[in-house]
Amino acid sequence: MKILVCVKRVPDTSALIKVSADGKSVDLSGVEHVVAPFDEFGLEEALKLKEAEGGEVVAVTVGDEASEEQLRSCLALGADRAVIVKDPAADGSDGLGIARMLAGVIAREAPDIVFLGKQATDTDSHAMGAQLSVLTSRPFASAINSLELSGGTLKVTRPIEGGAEVIEMALPAILSAEKGLNEPRYATLKGIMMAKKKPIDAVTLADLGVDAGTVGEGARRVVIEGVTPPPSRSAGQVIKDVTPEEAAKQLLTLLRDEAKAI
Amino acid sequence: MAQDVIFFGEQRGGAFRKAAFEAATVARKLADAYGGKCHGVVIGDGVSGIAGDLGRYGADEVHVIEDASLALVAPIAYAEAFETVCRNLSPAAIVFTTTAMGEDLAAMVAARLGAGYVSDCVEVEPGDNNTPRVTHPTYAGKVITTYTFQGDFPAVVGLRPATFTPVENAKEATVTPVAFQPSEQAFASKVVDVQAPEGGKIDLSEATVVVSGGRGMKGPENFHVIEELTDALGGATGASRAAVDAGWIDHSHQVGQTGRTVSPDLYIACGISGAIQHLAGMSSSRVIVAINKDPDAPIFSVADYGVVADLFEIVPLLTEGVRTMKAE
Repeated sequence: MKILVCVKRVPDTSALIKVSADGKSVDLSGVEHVVAPFDEFGLEEALKLKEAEGGEVVAVTVGDEASEEQLRSCLALGADRAVIVKDPAADGSDGLGIARMLAGVIAREAPDIVFLGKQATDTDSHAMGAQLSVLTSRPFASAINSLELSGGTLKVTRPIEGGAEVIEMALPAILSAEKGLNEPRYATLKGIMMAKKKPIDAVTLADLGVDAGTVGEGARRVVIEGVTPPPSRSAGQVIKDVTPEEAAKQLLTLLRDEAKAI
Repeated sequence: MAQDVIFFGEQRGGAFRKAAFEAATVARKLADAYGGKCHGVVIGDGVSGIAGDLGRYGADEVHVIEDASLALVAPIAYAEAFETVCRNLSPAAIVFTTTAMGEDLAAMVAARLGAGYVSDCVEVEPGDNNTPRVTHPTYAGKVITTYTFQGDFPAVVGLRPATFTPVENAKEATVTPVAFQPSEQAFASKVVDVQAPEGGKIDLSEATVVVSGGRGMKGPENFHVIEELTDALGGATGASRAAVDAGWIDHSHQVGQTGRTVSPDLYIACGISGAIQHLAGMSSSRVIVAINKDPDAPIFSVADYGVVADLFEIVPLLTEGVRTMKAE
């Protein structure tokens, strides 16, 4: 079984995010980057399936040299090789542009399953799995938190508002991962050493047969007009040094009469 | 210049979800600004009878794609059906609410049309040249990004659930059945079973009140303290990542960067210190209450009302007090 895992380089979730001076982007200088947390659940599921069924796990990203750090992390965890789409013409792509390049990699690699996270923790779009399904004409399910594979048929579940859906599909398929799907492993020292020898294959738009006019800045349909910090909040009234009964009474009165929240 | 606006009228089991009315309200506002018509799309089985109800929230016309095979969600089939309506109308904008069903459909429709898509918007303005201007919290709300759209394509807009208040705007909606020919691949992935919510609990993303517990809960056996207050307030129970990762409560309750971003009317954080990824996920709530023993906990810096105390002493008293207030 061949499994492709799409990953994205994102700032660590504990990082502070500052708005750049131009007011149109974020300043990520000095911020530590990681593999997007939801992508890690996808990678773990791919590694588990490979351990059960045999085969190969290929990690894929779109980016520049910096993103190779995240591919190395995937290789250290057990991916066999990696592919990076690296092409100046790809700069400035919006989500659909990225999807077109990943679809190009899927066409070239022809995997049985593609995993990715349900959303990246930077753009928070939750669109990539669904868009890859359209562009590659493969069935999919998003935000899955359990998976069973038997006789070439996948049965997955995904949480929905207050419940869950059970979805069936045949391979080849695309699956995006929700937290709870598994417990991602940590890299071992041996894994990290071995990762240094595993190949990272850089490909261009031409290699993938992707028309440069359909990606990059020029193909953007969505334009960032501005980035602002969230409305600031400040500490309000604090109730302390009174009995619990008095504190509860004061709080409820404030919530009812002042905040009109209950 | 395109003027019409389409929205998705989400239903499950023959009843509209609140998400449908939220999308209708925003679509109506855009259609009025653009001088166009507001169109609803309803997909399912046995749904033509309810379709006209979307007129109550401003739909001029409701397009219905109805078939026994569409009773449960088949993502590709739903997207093909929705696209059929879009191709007939050439809209300026298409509005979804980004529920579990809506967010997949929105992304697929955008890809099928080659259109731009912004998910999880918290503000939608008509913008210039019949092109909406939208804001979407990114980095789980650490920053807010404003987007516009370009190119001769409809703008696909996803609304954060429970963020836009449905506004009644009674129209006599025409109900139009739409013929739909699914492709061979349309049912390649499909829902085969829906597991019902347990005991009619309100989902985190749809709640107007959220009461959350963190590390201060000390263990799974204590979450009933939070749940009782949740029930008294008619809200949903949330949790910090620390509580979820400790295995005290299911991930579906997690608020913050690897959980849900919520903006309820009232958020009560109990025993939560306020790590940055948690603050990002809840600081757009209207009113925030923090209950924590540690007066230096960062959560107090965003709380409108703070109580420095042991949550196990305070929360049961609040539950009792709320019950008394509601009974009066």
